Parts: sequence; structure tokens; C-alpha cells
Amino acid sequence: MWFLAPAYAILLLFFFVPTAFNFIYAFTDWSSFKAAINPVGLDNFTQLASDGTLFRALRITVVYAVLVAIFQNVFGFGLAVLLERDTLVNRIARTFFLIPVLMSALAVGYIFQALLKPSGAVDQLFGIHYAWLADTHWTIVVVALIHAWKWMGLSMLIYLAGLKTIPEDITEAARIDGASRWRTFWRIRVPLLAPAVTFNVATALLGSMNGFDIVQATTGGGPARTTEILNIFIYRTFGQGLFAQATTMSLVLFLLVALMAFPVIYVLRKREAIL
Amino acid sequence: MTSDSPIWRRLQPIVTIALVAVLIGIPLWLVVVTAGKSQGEAIQPDLTLPTRWQLWANLHQVWTEGQVPSAFFGSLIIVVPTVAGVLILGSMAAWVLARRASRATAVLYALGISGIILPPAVITVVLLLRQLGLAGTVIGMIGVYMGIYLSTVIFFVTGFVRTIPEALEEAAQIDGASPFGVFRRIVLPLLRPVLATATILICLYVWNDVFYAFFVVGGRVDTLPLNLFRVASAGLYLNNWHLIFAYVILMSLPLIAVFAVAQRRIISGITGGAVK
Repeated sequence: MWFLAPAYAILLLFFFVPTAFNFIYAFTDWSSFKAAINPVGLDNFTQLASDGTLFRALRITVVYAVLVAIFQNVFGFGLAVLLERDTLVNRIARTFFLIPVLMSALAVGYIFQALLKPSGAVDQLFGIHYAWLADTHWTIVVVALIHAWKWMGLSMLIYLAGLKTIPEDITEAARIDGASRWRTFWRIRVPLLAPAVTFNVATALLGSMNGFDIVQATTGGGPARTTEILNIFIYRTFGQGLFAQATTMSLVLFLLVALMAFPVIYVLRKREAIL
Repeated sequence: MTSDSPIWRRLQPIVTIALVAVLIGIPLWLVVVTAGKSQGEAIQPDLTLPTRWQLWANLHQVWTEGQVPSAFFGSLIIVVPTVAGVLILGSMAAWVLARRASRATAVLYALGISGIILPPAVITVVLLLRQLGLAGTVIGMIGVYMGIYLSTVIFFVTGFVRTIPEALEEAAQIDGASPFGVFRRIVLPLLRPVLATATILICLYVWNDVFYAFFVVGGRVDTLPLNLFRVASAGLYLNNWHLIFAYVILMSLPLIAVFAVAQRRIISGITGGAVK
């Protein structure tokens, strides 16, 4: 039994105790401006809710996570199907698509900030002038695309592994029964990828809800805070010394992830079971 | 697909090469050419070649001004103990969790892997470290990372241990080996493939992390991503794209080198745990 002790001691000290603290300090006025920490009840929540920050940050985080999950899976799946055959070109291409996965997300953010500058490289290629990262409506989509670009290689690998596990004779049988190639693909192979979909969607959703680096390096939460996901808010308010507000948002993120994770995994698992 | 049409068979490599060139080639090209430019040329970063290559001079400047050696050392003394710690402690715990089927271990297992999904409480962990006197220290940082990534190890290793037969361990036990001896001589060597996977994933996360590092050791200990963040955010470096990208190259090289050496293992490792 004492084999368990060291691991659980560390988990308790560095994971569960801070999480428990979250539930305490979110209800105090802890800040860098005051020496004492006093309980204030739900003040932090009502304040954040009344000025709209709470629901805006929540909405932006969820929108961002959903967009990333969609883009990352569409790209990853497309790449996996494109690069499925084991040829030399495909093997080299897969390696290239893994480079962004290895790079630091911060570096990826700076690369795209440089690429997408008004009249920067991308604008020059298309011969247009557009501020990709300064549009209050569409920038969140652009940033989600960048996030998906960084991680699409990982999704691709997992879909490739999933495609490999589908036995050849199943597709063969479908073909003999007269199914077209198109139909075989969508009706037989795609449903059999369900475990890979579960894993990819869940990790993309959770990873982007907990995201920070890419958004910080491309927009820093702007323009006009339209890409300010929860972790950016936490970073900003912590920097201002408003520890209680940052903790409150940290608790909100915890609850959001907990509330979203279980239904998402449950629904996806259930679909797997039916198939 | 086994029966692709002949036209697609011809087209597929061309489409693939074009996609790689546009999606990966352009961003990487931008990094390399910009890192090779002078400051004046790099102010508006674009895809043109530098009129005069000064990549080496820029790398050198970043190396000294960006404190790369100390940041590299900082990253290293955080990543190595973290990875070693989570692997050893995580697999010890996972071994027990996989072998003892009881209600208590089921609960412990659920708690142990909850960290895969749940985000760490990043603000209050700083408070806790202050109370422990570990704020801003390497030990505090290692503890925080271990708290975050132990769950990943427990998850992967427990699943793996369940697939290996217990007979070997029993035989060793009958021969008089202590539990620790059984673990070190029998179990640990068998875990090599799954530990390789976990090593890669955790190295990747910790080496590139800036968010948790900012809160825990920001300003006290230099790590590579923290320094990049500082270099790029500082007004001093505003528009110094040539230095930012020279830094990006220096920072990415170690991981790219590891990847080049261990590519096959990494790919099979990452995919191994995900799809059963």
C-alpha cells in the first residue's frame, strides 16, 4: 500500500488542496492591495456577473473550444484520409504535419501574428489588406484556426491509427455487397472510427478550454477583449493584483470543464456503444 | 483506400506536397528568412529572402541577450526531475491500482486520473506555495507539474499493467523477492513502452509550458518559453521579429532533434494509448 503514498501525497498537496482552496478564496476579497483576507460571500460572482464579464468570458471560452474541436478534427481527419496509404511522400508529409505539435504554442502564436499582420505575408499572397487579428467578429475564428493548425497533426496521427485498426475484410464485404466507394467510406469506415473521434473531440475541447499561449501570443485577448478566454482573464487580473477575481474565474473554469467533460465523454461513449 | 481511382493515385502525391508546402512550408519559411534578416528588414516580416543573411549573428545575439544558456538550464532542471518523478511515483501507484481490485482502489484510481480532465487551480497553488515557502522555486515548480501530470502517467500505466500477466510477479514473490524488488526487477522493465509514451507527452507539455511557469516561477527562474514570452512582450523587443524568430529556432531545436532520432517510437507511442 505504501507504493501509493508518494504519488497521492503529491496529488493531494499540489492538486487537490489548491483545488479546494479555489472553493474558499473565490469567496474572499484576497488582493495584493490589502493585508487581510476577508470572506465576502458571493460578491465576486455578482460583481463579475453584473458587469457582464463572467458570461462573456464563459461564452468566448465555449465558442473557442467548440471551434477548435471542429477545425482540429476536420483537418486531422482530412489529413489522415489523404495520407493513409504508406508511401514515401505520405510518410514525409506526416512528419511535417507533426512539427507544429512539437513546437511551443507561444512560438506558433508569434509566427501567425507575423504572418497575419495587416499587409503582411498572407495579405501579400492574396493581394488584400485585412487585419486578421483585429476584427471583433472574426478574430476568434482565426485564432481557433491557428490552435487547430498547431494540433491537427496529433489528431491526424490518432485518426491514422484508428483507420489502421479497421480490418480490410469489412470494407471488402461491403464492396462485394455492392456498396459504392463513397458509401463504404461514410457508412462503414467512419463509424468504426468512433473511439478515435471520442478521444480527439474530448482532448481538443478540454485542451482549448484550458488554452492560453496561442491566444496570448496572437491577440492577447483583444481586439476589445473579444478573444479573452478564461485563462487570459485569469492572467490579466492576476497581473493587476486582483487575486480573488482571478481565483473566482479559475473556479468557474474548473466548474465549466467538469460540467462539460462528463456529458461530452458520456455522449461520445454512448455513440460508440451503439455502433 | 485499396481501390482508389487511377486519377486520384496520380493526383494524391501532388495534392499532398502542395498542402505541406502551403500549410507547413510557408510558416516555417517565414521563421527562417525572418531570423536571417537585419532589424530594419524584419520590421515588416514577409516571405522575401534577406538581402544579406545574418542568421548566425542573430542567433548569437539572442543567445547572449536572451540568456538562452540560463533559460535552457532552468528548463532542464525543471523538466528532468518532473519527468523522472512522475514516471517513478506514477507507475508505482499504477501498479498497485491495477493489481488490487477493491472499492478503495477504484475510488483512488478515479481521483488519480481526474487531473487529466480537470484544470489545475493555478492561482491558489501560488498561494499554497507561498505558505510552504516554495514560491518561485524550482522545487515548487516541479511539485506543481508533478501534481498536474501524475494523472496522465497513472492513466496510461494502469491500463498497460492490466494487460500484462501477473504470473511473473507471483513467481518472483515466491522466490522471495520483496515488493520493491518485484517492482524494480520485473514490473518496471515491462513498462518500458508505455513509459516511453508518457515521457514524450510530458516532456512536450512541460518543455513548452508558459502558463503555469509564469504564475509559479515567473521572474525568478528562467525557462525557455518564459524568456521567449518576456523577449516578445517587452517593449524593448517590439518589432524585433528577427530576434523573436531566432529565439524560436533555438528553442525548438532540442525537441526537433529528439523527434528526428526517436520519430518512430514517438508516433507509435502517441497513438498507442489513444485508440484501443
